[in-house]
Amino acid sequence: MQRRLAVLLGAGMLLCATGAKADSDLRPSGKLLLTEGVSDIEGSAGGGVATWAVIGGYETRDGIGANVHATGIQLKDFQFRSWGGAVGFYDRVELSYAHQEFDTQGTGLKLGLGRGFTFSQDVYGAKVKVLGDAVYAQDSWVPQVSVGANYKKADQSAVLNFLGARDDSGVDWYVAATKVYLDQSLVLSGAVRATKANQTGLLGFGGSGNDNYHAEFEGSAALLLSKRFAVGAEYRTKPNNLGLKEDDWATVFAAFAINKTLSVTAAYVDLGEIATFKHQNGAYLSLQAGF
Amino acid sequence: MIKGLMLAGAVALAPLAVVAAPASGDHPPPFKIEHPSTQYPGEEEVDAYKHDPANAGTTPFEGDRMWKAFHEQAGVDHVVDETVDLSLADPRISDIFKSHDMVRLRRTLKEQFCYILGGGCAYSGRDMKAVHKDMGLQNADFNALVEHLQIAMDHEKIGFRDQNRFLAKLAPMQRTTVER
Repeated sequence: MQRRLAVLLGAGMLLCATGAKADSDLRPSGKLLLTEGVSDIEGSAGGGVATWAVIGGYETRDGIGANVHATGIQLKDFQFRSWGGAVGFYDRVELSYAHQEFDTQGTGLKLGLGRGFTFSQDVYGAKVKVLGDAVYAQDSWVPQVSVGANYKKADQSAVLNFLGARDDSGVDWYVAATKVYLDQSLVLSGAVRATKANQTGLLGFGGSGNDNYHAEFEGSAALLLSKRFAVGAEYRTKPNNLGLKEDDWATVFAAFAINKTLSVTAAYVDLGEIATFKHQNGAYLSLQAGF
Repeated sequence: MIKGLMLAGAVALAPLAVVAAPASGDHPPPFKIEHPSTQYPGEEEVDAYKHDPANAGTTPFEGDRMWKAFHEQAGVDHVVDETVDLSLADPRISDIFKSHDMVRLRRTLKEQFCYILGGGCAYSGRDMKAVHKDMGLQNADFNALVEHLQIAMDHEKIGFRDQNRFLAKLAPMQRTTVER
């Protein structure tokens, strides 16, 4: 994972260097610190487990920006890993990719899957800002609103089938609204996601006799404590298609912008019961480089 | 929505196609006083315009709490002067200021900040749209100035939440000052 991160960072530096050579009217960066949020686990700009309406990358409407991230969550009985990136075009359109791995570690033995059995999926995302402005329009309560979609393709389809999942791929649709309330030093964000995904898709999509879309909620509240430091909390509801108990997710996090390029997010997460293992609490750490 | 998106894309791209970037090294000429102002020594006379508090671009805070939080006139003077100094030294945006009357800019900015912060000053400058007309400012220029203002407010030891309250008043000016 460390090597992957190094490769990603290297690729990012290259992107940055290319950007610097662009026409002087095409501005590679220019957003204010932390106003692009951080990377969510689906690879899009968000708060961590919740998707926001902001567009990833430090570009303004006059340029193209990008970010890469690597995230690890160590739970009581499992480990979650994700890495990926997003490209923002003119602060209007964002294309993203994330690879997620859910490592059953020693728990795999107890589940009869084998030690270190790992579920993984690829998540491809597109997000478009449709109205409002999260940062500049401080004379209005109207948030920035974006719509987006994630196409997710999970591996291990035989096991997912055995667990009762209907499909190993699916599409999530969402609407997200985000606003920085500067006079309160507060960021509020909410999203509604139409999804069939079990544990965001890592355990497949739909279940036996249940192949409907469910409207689920993702919310974040963050307090800006300094130009480079924010603390907050998130909540994400989930469908329950498999007949295994699937709980909502809750986090409390701290995000720190080391400089204009690098930021780090640390969180305590409560992912509830996963695959019959209760109380999956743990530590979340995410590194992000934005350009 | 698709149509709106395409339109937005076209609007975003249009300036890139139309405005030929000046070759690097092609800096604007430095500012020189040609018609000295009789009212404000050291400034260039400007064409007559209607004086109006609304020209400040926003409404002032009520009470004097924010004025005190910014350390009154001395604090505002420090913040404005450092913001302008940092901007003049910033290669990203320094050219924007070169052909402009910096004496007048500093004075009117101090008036504007004082007016907004509840210091009771009258703002004697022109409105935000008129002042920034034809400068061809981009969001990145606006944000660079905000970065300098934040540094200046940090140096003046103004509390972060009060900085943000002030920035919340200034942020909507992006709509009238950024033209492309």
